[in-house]
Amino acid sequence: MSVSFHRAYSFLIAAFGLFTLIGCGGSESSSESASSGADKIKVGQFYALSGEQATFGISSKKGSELAFAEINAAGGVRGGAQLEHITFDTRGIPQETGNAVTRLINNEKVVALLGEVASSLSDAGGQVAQEYRVPMITPASTNPKVTQIGDMVHRICFIDPFQGFVVAKFLKENKNATKVAVLFDQGQAYSVGLKDAFLEAYPKMGGEILTVQSYSSGDQDFSAQLTNIRDLKPDAIFIPGYYTEVANIALQAKRLGVNTILIGGDGWTSEKLTEIAGDSIEGAYYSNHYSPEDSRPKVQEFIKNFKEAYGGETPDAMAALAYDSVYILADAMNRAESLEPDDLAAAIASTKDFDGVTGKITLNAERNAEKDAVILQIQNGESRFVTTVSPN
Amino acid sequence: MKAFIETLINGLSLGSVYALIALGYTMVYGILKFINFAHANVFMIGAWLSYILASKSGFVNPEDPNLLAIPFVLLGSMLICGVLGVMIEKLAYAPLRKAERLNILITAIGVSLLLENGLQLDFLFGTQPVGMPVLLENSVVATVAGAKVFLVDVLGISIALVLMTSLHTLVFHTQMGSAMRAVANSPQNAALMGISAGRIIGMTFFLGSALAAAAGFFYGMKYSGLQSPGNTTWVLLGIKAFVAAVVGGIGNINGAVLGGFLIGLIEMFGVAYLRPEYKDVYVFAILIVVLLVKPTGILGKPELEKV
Repeated sequence: MSVSFHRAYSFLIAAFGLFTLIGCGGSESSSESASSGADKIKVGQFYALSGEQATFGISSKKGSELAFAEINAAGGVRGGAQLEHITFDTRGIPQETGNAVTRLINNEKVVALLGEVASSLSDAGGQVAQEYRVPMITPASTNPKVTQIGDMVHRICFIDPFQGFVVAKFLKENKNATKVAVLFDQGQAYSVGLKDAFLEAYPKMGGEILTVQSYSSGDQDFSAQLTNIRDLKPDAIFIPGYYTEVANIALQAKRLGVNTILIGGDGWTSEKLTEIAGDSIEGAYYSNHYSPEDSRPKVQEFIKNFKEAYGGETPDAMAALAYDSVYILADAMNRAESLEPDDLAAAIASTKDFDGVTGKITLNAERNAEKDAVILQIQNGESRFVTTVSPN
Repeated sequence: MKAFIETLINGLSLGSVYALIALGYTMVYGILKFINFAHANVFMIGAWLSYILASKSGFVNPEDPNLLAIPFVLLGSMLICGVLGVMIEKLAYAPLRKAERLNILITAIGVSLLLENGLQLDFLFGTQPVGMPVLLENSVVATVAGAKVFLVDVLGISIALVLMTSLHTLVFHTQMGSAMRAVANSPQNAALMGISAGRIIGMTFFLGSALAAAAGFFYGMKYSGLQSPGNTTWVLLGIKAFVAAVVGGIGNINGAVLGGFLIGLIEMFGVAYLRPEYKDVYVFAILIVVLLVKPTGILGKPELEKV
């Protein structure tokens, strides 16, 4: 009796365990088990679909899937070849990202890789892509080091020094802020990069940095840092972090009576930010890659199609960048002599004046895109366009 | 002075969270002599259940919560977590009662992984952070030397103190408490006295898990942006609470409370007066010091190894 009970328990636990494995070992393939011939080209995607930065990955996946569907419906690439995409979850962890990319290359035999938003993750994925020599495009990683990995890694967004410059310029010229405090995430290459860029650019424009405080991803109490900052009475606080922590920082800043401008970078791009922080984040600014209020027909058409595909949801910057990344890859595939890694990488690197949703995209010699940034302000829980800042 | 008082309140507030979690670790260790690694996950579940009860259960209007919302959410979350704790014990640990100590330890890690990953399924908690509704206006109760004392901290610390006092009374002044202490002392002898060890162990898990849920509730009230169930924050908080239990003397209920407040205060004062980057370092440094100077913890008594 008792033995059989024990067996029943262990079976139950084993069953639960299996259930969890199935639930989490998420990989999704778009292939409809049709016979895969030479007319299919496999593209691997790696995004954080769970974990702290999941909304980035989920948005990116939605944007890229829309682009894949459009390209395939319009006849595919290279005269009729369909694009097949496979997405692995990186869980927002560098080690997992390395594993995901290795599996995409070795098991799925993808010819190109699209992926990751957080720079630390693109860095982990890029190392693997470079080692196996598979061309990769990161849609949204802004840390300069990512493309310095090697000739296989490309990006279609601007880089941190530019974003730090944009925030500094906006604060100085549009907000007349002269004294700024910085609160950054020491565990994220992205955040450190933005902080460094800002610390370099802002004093050159005549601004003063009052204090530089740090936190770590996953922290929930920022009262010590915010109290220090509050007592210095800055004109603005630059917080180049990711949305989960920024939401808590904003909530606590309000509670502690910190009444000043909060400003951040594209890591704030998530509807979760306003959902969690509510009133506390009202009036804050952040720099970004695109604004849905852009009136160019290309942007408006993308927004219309995206809303149709995803139940009325407005695409955010991550979705827009991922969408552009697929089109740039398809464009490079059409121009490339062959789909061999060197040819394809050369074709991606020679992208010039590509008319994307996120602006005109030209890759420079370092395989980085040079383009404008926008400043958005959170008003009534929505991100509204304020101004455009160009590199010069 | 202002900063000192603010830090003191924050430290006590965080300390009461650690103390409530540490009690669960210490009670289970006291009776079964093993570390229940799944306890940190129960704490996370407590916080998430509070969010679900407050925003999705239909009993509370998250836009305009009434006075009953707080007791409803707190007790609901404690009850569900308590039952969950008992289920974990009956399903995963009870079958291993006679097995090697190592087996049950590994099982605890398994249960922890199962909860952490399983709860990320879309129809359960999902993979996204959420915002806990504001159940209590952020009103200021008092101003001491310029430092504001918030209602949420006062309420949280008071709830924690009430729960800890009740537990103390239960363990040291009731018949069931005597039974619990008897089982902790010697399960065989307790059984000879007619005490059902299974029931007492179940009760211990119920109490420990309910206290962890209360900690989760308070944590959610204070830091309303709740991290996703898979976030390492939860495990890290659990580990720090475990450190609190060890520092106070594992197996000792008063020690867990003392350790919890000590760790909370050290962490907050370290962050405020030294460097915030090293906030985890302060906690683990204290652990090293205690293990070197008094390995049994501050209130722990050296135990003779039974041969």
